[in-house]
Amino acid sequence: MKAAVVVFPGSNCDRDVAVALERAMGRPPVMVWHKDSDFEDVDLVVLPGGFSYGDYLRVGAISAHANVMREVKRRAGKGVPVLGICNGFQVLTESGLLPGALMRNKSLRFVCKDVGLKVETGQSLFTSRYETGQRVTFMAAHHDGSYFIDDAGRRQLEDREQIAFRYCDERGQVTPEANPNGSVANIAGIFNSEKTVLGMMPHPERMADPVLGGEDGRAMFEGLVEALS
Amino acid sequence: MTAEPNPEITPELVAEHGLKPDEYARVREILGRTPNLVELGIFSVMWSEHCSYKSSKKWLKTLPTEGPQVIQGPGENAGVVDIGDGQAAIFKMESHNHPSFIEPYQGAATGVGGILRDVFTMGARPVCNLNALRFGDPEHPKTRHLLSGVVAGIGGYGNCVGVPTIAGEVNFHPAYNGNILVNAMTVGLAQADRIFYAKATGAGNPVIYVGSKTGRDGIHGATMASASFEEDSEEKRPTVQVGDPFTEKLLIEACLELMETDAIVGIQDMGAAGLTSSSFEMASKGGAGVELDLDRVPVREDGMTAYEIMLSESQERMLMVLKPGREDEARRIFEKWDLDFAVVGQLTDTGRMVIRKNGQQVADLPIDPLAEAAPEYDRPWEPTPAQPEIAPADVPASEDPGAALERLLGSADLCSRRWVWEQYDYTVMADTAQRPGGDAGVVRVRGTNKALAVTVDCTPRYCLNDPVRGGMQAVAETWRNITAVGGRPLAITDNMNFGNPEKPLVMGQFVGAVKGMREACAALNYPVVSGNVSLYNETADTAILPTPAIGGVGLLPDLSKMATIAFTAEGEAIVLIGETRGHLGCSLYLRHLAGREDGAPPPVDLAAEKRNGDFVRGEIEAGRVTACHDLSDGGLLVALAEMALAAPDEIGAEISVPEGTDVPPLHAWLFGEDQGRYLLTVAEAGPVLEAAREAGVPAAAIGRTGGASLNLSSGHTIWLQQLRDAHSGWLPRYMQSDD
Repeated sequence: MKAAVVVFPGSNCDRDVAVALERAMGRPPVMVWHKDSDFEDVDLVVLPGGFSYGDYLRVGAISAHANVMREVKRRAGKGVPVLGICNGFQVLTESGLLPGALMRNKSLRFVCKDVGLKVETGQSLFTSRYETGQRVTFMAAHHDGSYFIDDAGRRQLEDREQIAFRYCDERGQVTPEANPNGSVANIAGIFNSEKTVLGMMPHPERMADPVLGGEDGRAMFEGLVEALS
Repeated sequence: MTAEPNPEITPELVAEHGLKPDEYARVREILGRTPNLVELGIFSVMWSEHCSYKSSKKWLKTLPTEGPQVIQGPGENAGVVDIGDGQAAIFKMESHNHPSFIEPYQGAATGVGGILRDVFTMGARPVCNLNALRFGDPEHPKTRHLLSGVVAGIGGYGNCVGVPTIAGEVNFHPAYNGNILVNAMTVGLAQADRIFYAKATGAGNPVIYVGSKTGRDGIHGATMASASFEEDSEEKRPTVQVGDPFTEKLLIEACLELMETDAIVGIQDMGAAGLTSSSFEMASKGGAGVELDLDRVPVREDGMTAYEIMLSESQERMLMVLKPGREDEARRIFEKWDLDFAVVGQLTDTGRMVIRKNGQQVADLPIDPLAEAAPEYDRPWEPTPAQPEIAPADVPASEDPGAALERLLGSADLCSRRWVWEQYDYTVMADTAQRPGGDAGVVRVRGTNKALAVTVDCTPRYCLNDPVRGGMQAVAETWRNITAVGGRPLAITDNMNFGNPEKPLVMGQFVGAVKGMREACAALNYPVVSGNVSLYNETADTAILPTPAIGGVGLLPDLSKMATIAFTAEGEAIVLIGETRGHLGCSLYLRHLAGREDGAPPPVDLAAEKRNGDFVRGEIEAGRVTACHDLSDGGLLVALAEMALAAPDEIGAEISVPEGTDVPPLHAWLFGEDQGRYLLTVAEAGPVLEAAREAGVPAAAIGRTGGASLNLSSGHTIWLQQLRDAHSGWLPRYMQSDD
């Protein structure tokens, strides 16, 4: 399997996700510069976390218009899997690859903490190593992670099983207290309708090594390798 | 084209520039003439307390700065220590106190930006940030606003740059009502043979400006930081700089990319006093002269004068000297990252700084006298009168230790700092092995099984009552905190925050703290490799508590041996290491339960400190310790409660309190702040007690983990649930948080 990690100016989790990918794939991903309008054929494109363009104007808005994104959109259209984490999720919604928008956290403060996630479906490239309904722990670290979509949009996501993860408590219950940022219906991550694009706020790459306090994220990368090799 | 203003240099203008009459006489002596305005401005910032260390230099020179682990001591942008395998840790701490009081978000943010630059300018990739924050009385009307702004500013900058903030401390005391302290520290990693210095050599070599454009912000920031506040301090807002962490992130990547080549001769960030201090310091260190053409400096707005360009403190800028002919290679890298790159001058062999603007010479100054011959004062000082040693029997015993503990844990001094550190990204870079909330932060050295342990500590109330003991204790506490996670302490950086040094009592606090630090550093083989001094932290004649904040860095050769404070299992033995006399003078118990802040602080027995610490570290490295916590503010019972509450499922303990006539009274045993102590948990106490006896280390088994409360053999039961609410609730409630 080959993967690419896009580097925007201000990306700061590009190296972290590259480490997690290399560990799962056995070889390093290709790092793709945002100004490049083409890059080699890969089986997975990752948009990493960070503050691309400083989050100036609006989170993800400038990156959505980077040269490289035209190519990412083209490949997504052809079914190449795309994973956007944190700022990468914000870029995906801004570029129209995923519905909805990410807004400032309800508390108005940056939040960095372990978050419990309920896996809404194990039936996807990204979640095949998880059971539907399983509770996993990832790390949230964001200022603009409050997912918003209108009621009709939310119902559509639910009906088409496009919700990948919801914030949950210790016992796996999706409760208002477990919601770290005010996201609609505790949504932490969503798929496109074909389930080939996943955007999520919490960081699986920061929970892919026991030294970091957990390994729940590893299964996502290992599952991708299994599915795409 | 704007003509350079050329006013007459009057005594008033000299005074406005913060130069004393005798200092100005020296300026004229060096030049052999009257300076023009540009030159006066340059002298004023270079000779400001902030840039010249003129009051503190005499004493700082007495600190131990050498050791086999030291690659670079004080005098460079940051200190460098050897961590083995050809790798080096590079670190420094710096204050941004004055700006943070005036504009907390930007003041704190640019403090983080400045210290990051000090570290990556030496060729290191920053791997973690720390901070030491002091605020006024929680009841003071401004405290909430300042705390909220500073924390948001630190997070806003560090999070965006993508460097984890993994440790720090926050204190409150009315003495900081008019002068908060914001001390930021960065630690970076580099190859030991790829370190870059701020030294300009080679006549004819090009001088390069990179980073952000120069604007009119922060002019005279260094001079502001060298004076006390009057009631009008908030009118100084225009002297505060504005940070752009996005540009900083690009600057880090571009500089590190260029540093992979061998094009750089010398490099320094433009911090306080901007282009002036960076060019003078680099030239002075390399014995070079410089010609600068200010028309080539990228500027944000038209019509900036030479005076403004030289004194601007716009952020995210660096000055470099390149090898000849390497400009295009370097330019390509900076343009790739969309950063300005300009050749602004060249080195000469004249030993002079010649500055041109609009084709005209606007300054011509000799470099060495300015940079090296800055004034140095031996200011008069008085020692702090000794405070009485307070006997445990003279402090009223609380009838209910549980209530006393709850009060302490639910106070501003000891409550959980979670509300603060959850606003910092502490796991970006995916190497954080120990998060905030323990004794020290730990980051793995990427790609290895080694790690750095880092901490910042100071107990200002000790320093006020006895500066010598306080200085000693601050150093010892960092050493202890590194030891408690299993690290081998390597070296420190210091951030000396004091009031007006022209007052003999304040100067005496500084001298005393340095003396205590010196003794501790020497006894613990723990030298100072970098530091910063912030004086004049006074408002309307009220000085802050003397606050020599110490940042310590240690090495864990094997990360798998790391200890944390959380109880890990039920039924384990709890062992107290170190001697307990029940010292309550100057303690938090005295402050919160008796409403007093007097008394001598606890003495630090440095020989015992070293013996006890080396023993504890040895036990951790041998894999016998399941949890470890040092004893500091609040003493034994507070430390026990913190260990119990840190366990994911909360584990209590049964504790046997000592009885007899030769032991301290219960309240002193539980809350005394005797130094050099640790709590360990181990499967069985026997072997550890035996090893301690052989090592001459005081050790006692005081109980076992288990249950949902702290049960004292004196008949007191303290429920963890209640403690948790007090401990975790205070700060969110105080900040009126809604979650």
